[in-house]
Amino acid sequence: MIPQEELAKIASAEKEKQSKFEYQIRVCMAAGCLSQHKDQIKLALEAAVKEQGLEDTVKVKGVGCMGLCAQGPLVSVEPGNILYEKVSPADAAEIVAGLDKKPVERLRCDNQQPFFTRQVRVVLENSGVIDPENIEEYITADGYEALGQALTEMSPAQVIDEIVASGLRGRGGGGYPTGLKWSTVAKAISDRKYVVCNADEGDPGAFMDRSVLESDPHRVLEGMAIAGYAIGANMGYVYCRAEYPLAIERLKQAIRQAKRLHLLGESIFGTGFNFDVEIRLGAGAFVCGEETALMASIEGRRGSPRPRPPYPSDHGLWGEPTLINNVETYANVAPIIRNGGAWFAGIGTESSKGTKVFALAGQIKNTGLIEVPMGTTLREIVEEIGGGTTTEAGFKAVQTGGPSGGCIPEKHLDTPVDYASLAKLGSIMGSGGMIVMDHTSSMVDVARYFMEFCMSESCGKCIPCRVGTAQMYNLLTKIAKGNGTIRDLELLEQLCDLVRSTSLCGLGQSAPNPVLSTLRYFREEYLAKLVDTTSPNGKTAPDGHAS
Amino acid sequence: MATAVRSRIRTLKIDGRDVSAREDETILELAEENGIFIPTLCRIEGLSLVGACRLCLVEVAGMNKLVPACLTYATEGMEVFTDSERLRNYRRMILELLFSEGNHICAICVSNGKCELQALAQRLGMDHVRFANLQQERLVDMTHERFVVDRNRCILCARCVRVCDEIEWAHTWDIKGRGVDARVITDLDTPWGESDTCTSCGKCVRVCPVGAIVEKGRAVGEMAKRHDFLPHLAKMREAKK
Repeated sequence: MIPQEELAKIASAEKEKQSKFEYQIRVCMAAGCLSQHKDQIKLALEAAVKEQGLEDTVKVKGVGCMGLCAQGPLVSVEPGNILYEKVSPADAAEIVAGLDKKPVERLRCDNQQPFFTRQVRVVLENSGVIDPENIEEYITADGYEALGQALTEMSPAQVIDEIVASGLRGRGGGGYPTGLKWSTVAKAISDRKYVVCNADEGDPGAFMDRSVLESDPHRVLEGMAIAGYAIGANMGYVYCRAEYPLAIERLKQAIRQAKRLHLLGESIFGTGFNFDVEIRLGAGAFVCGEETALMASIEGRRGSPRPRPPYPSDHGLWGEPTLINNVETYANVAPIIRNGGAWFAGIGTESSKGTKVFALAGQIKNTGLIEVPMGTTLREIVEEIGGGTTTEAGFKAVQTGGPSGGCIPEKHLDTPVDYASLAKLGSIMGSGGMIVMDHTSSMVDVARYFMEFCMSESCGKCIPCRVGTAQMYNLLTKIAKGNGTIRDLELLEQLCDLVRSTSLCGLGQSAPNPVLSTLRYFREEYLAKLVDTTSPNGKTAPDGHAS
Repeated sequence: MATAVRSRIRTLKIDGRDVSAREDETILELAEENGIFIPTLCRIEGLSLVGACRLCLVEVAGMNKLVPACLTYATEGMEVFTDSERLRNYRRMILELLFSEGNHICAICVSNGKCELQALAQRLGMDHVRFANLQQERLVDMTHERFVVDRNRCILCARCVRVCDEIEWAHTWDIKGRGVDARVITDLDTPWGESDTCTSCGKCVRVCPVGAIVEKGRAVGEMAKRHDFLPHLAKMREAKK
C-alpha cells in the first residue's frame, strides 16, 4: 500500500471521530502541571462533562506541555482559543458549563501576551495540541508523512542533502552541523550501524527534552527512523535518564503504537526498510550524556568517556559506525523533510538556522518552555517573553548552557542567541537551559554551585577533572566563606586553565566555564570576599563580608 | 603471527627534530624511539591505552587542543612540541593534584625510591604542593594472604584493572564510585582475601606504579617492582588470537 494513502486513511478516520465533538477541552498532562494535580483535573472535567450530559459533544483530552509552566495547571478550550491558568479540580464544572456561554473570566490566561505571540513553534508545534498517547492524533497532524516521503520518494543521499541544506546544528550543546554528521556516518562502510538518541538531559534547570518526549514522542521516533534510512542503520537506541519516568512511559507506548501500525519494525511502508527502536535507561550519571560514556553505558559497561578520536561515526556502539543526536535535533528532522531544507534555513540567522527551545527557570516571571527563532535577543527572551524577574531586586545575570556554560550580565542582554555570539561571551548555547538570577544572587555562590555539580558528576577517570574540580570547589568554598586570599584566587584561575586544557572529555573541559564567566563579569564580587592581606593584622576588608 | 601488513611511512617533526614513523606509531612511541622524554603514568607497555593521566599531552602545530601522545598517531608533516613551558606547568600541576588527593608521604612508603609518581615529581620539578590535601579516608585491605592494597596511595591509573582483565583474564579488579570517590575494588567490593576470581598471580602488584598494591612484609623502601614481563605476555596473547 502507498504510505501516503495509508496515513491519509488513518488521519481522516481520526478527524471524523473528532469532528463529532463540538468542543475540545485540553488538559496539560506533562510533568510540570501533572506534579500539581496528577490526573485529578482531567478526571474532574470528565465527570463534569458526564454530569452535564455533554459526552457526545465535548471531548476532554490530555495533551503535552503548553509552555507557561509558571501558571499551571493549564487547560485550554477549542474552538475559541481560550486558555485557563492555575486550574484546580474544583473549577471543572464551571469550565464545562461556560463552554457555550461565557468563558470563566477569573481563570483566563492571556494567550495574546508576548510569551505566546513571540514564539515560533517547529519542535513544539504539536505540544499542548495533540494527545501524546495517541498515534492517530500525531498522524492527523502530518505525523510520519516525512518518513513516508523519505522512504518512497527520496534516496538516502537526498535526505542528507535536505538536512545539510537546512543548516540544522546539534541541539544538545555542541552545535555540530547535523548534515555533516549524518553524511559522515553514511560514508562509513559497515553491515551494522546504529542510530542513538541522547535523552540524558542533565543540566540543572533544563527540561526541553523531557517536555518534547512527554508531549510529542512520535516526532522523535520519526526523526530517528529517517536518520536510520539516511545513514543505513536498522537499529536505534534512545538513551533516556531514569529520572524521567513519564517520558519513558510515553516513549514506550509510542514505540508499541508505531510498531502496531508498521511505522517502525520490519519493512516500513512495505519498502523493505527495517528500523527498530529500543530504550536504554541511564542510572543517574550526568557524564553519560557525553557520547562516548553514553555508548559505554548502552553496551553495559561503566559510563566513562574515552578519548576521541576515534569518533562514534567511525567507531561507535560495539565498534560500529554510530550516529548520536540529541532529542531536539531529531525532533527537527520531520518538519525539515516535510517542508524542505530551504524552509528551515529561512528561519534564524546566517550561521544558526531554525528555532531553539529554551527552558526558562530561576527568578523569572514566566517559568516554562519556549521556542524562538535563532537570533532572538536575550533581552527579548528574558524581558518580553519571560516577563522579567519576579523580585524587586532586578535582573543580574542569565546562566545558559548549564554546568558547561556561563553567566551573561545585563550589559550583554542585547546579544542575539546563536552559537557564535554566546561563545563570544564566554558561555555556550548548550542544550537550552536558561536560569535567570536577580541581584540577591551571589555569583561566587553560583560558580560554587556549578562546581559542586561538576565535582560530584566527574567520572574520576582523568586526574585534572577528578581532583581539579574538587580543589576548585574547595577554593570557591574558601572564598565564599570570606577566608580566601588573592593567592587562592590566582590558584583558582590556574586550575581553571589546567582543567579546561587537559581534561579528557567535555565535562572536565567545560567545568571551569561558570567560574571563568563569573570572574569575567563579576570579578569585584570575588575580590570583595577576599581576606585583605595588605592590612597588617590580616583582617577581612571592611565591607561586611567576613564570615 | 598474522602476515605483516605494509605500513606507510610518515615524516614529521618532534621538538624540531625530523623523525620518520610508520602510520601505526604513536607520538609517544616515536618520542621514546628517538630518546625524547614524555612523562606518563597510566600507560604501560603491554596493556590497552586509556589516556587518563593526561601527563603525556603534547602540542601539535595548527591544533587548538592538546593531544595525548599515547593515543595520537603520526601524520605527514605534523609538528609536535613535547616540552613547552605551558606543558611543564600543566604536568607539575597534575602531579600536585595527585599528591593532594591521597596519602603520598614518601618517607613512610614501602615503595620509597621505587615509585613512578615520586620519580616523575622529582624529574619534573614538582617540589611543593599548593593545594590542601583532600583528607579522604580510603580503606586498606590486608585480607589477601600475600598482598595488600592501600587505596590511600592509589592514583587510579587502572593498570591493575587492565592487567587483571587483559592479561590474567580474571577481572578481579575494577573501579567503583565516581569523581574523588572512585576506588579500585576487588570483585563486587568484597574483601580481596575472599575473592573467588583472584588467582593470586601478583601481576597487579608488579604493574602498580606506586605503593598502593604491594607484597606483604616489605619494609619502607623495599617494594621494588618489575613489569618487564608484560610486553612478552601481551605479545604471546596477541599471537594466540
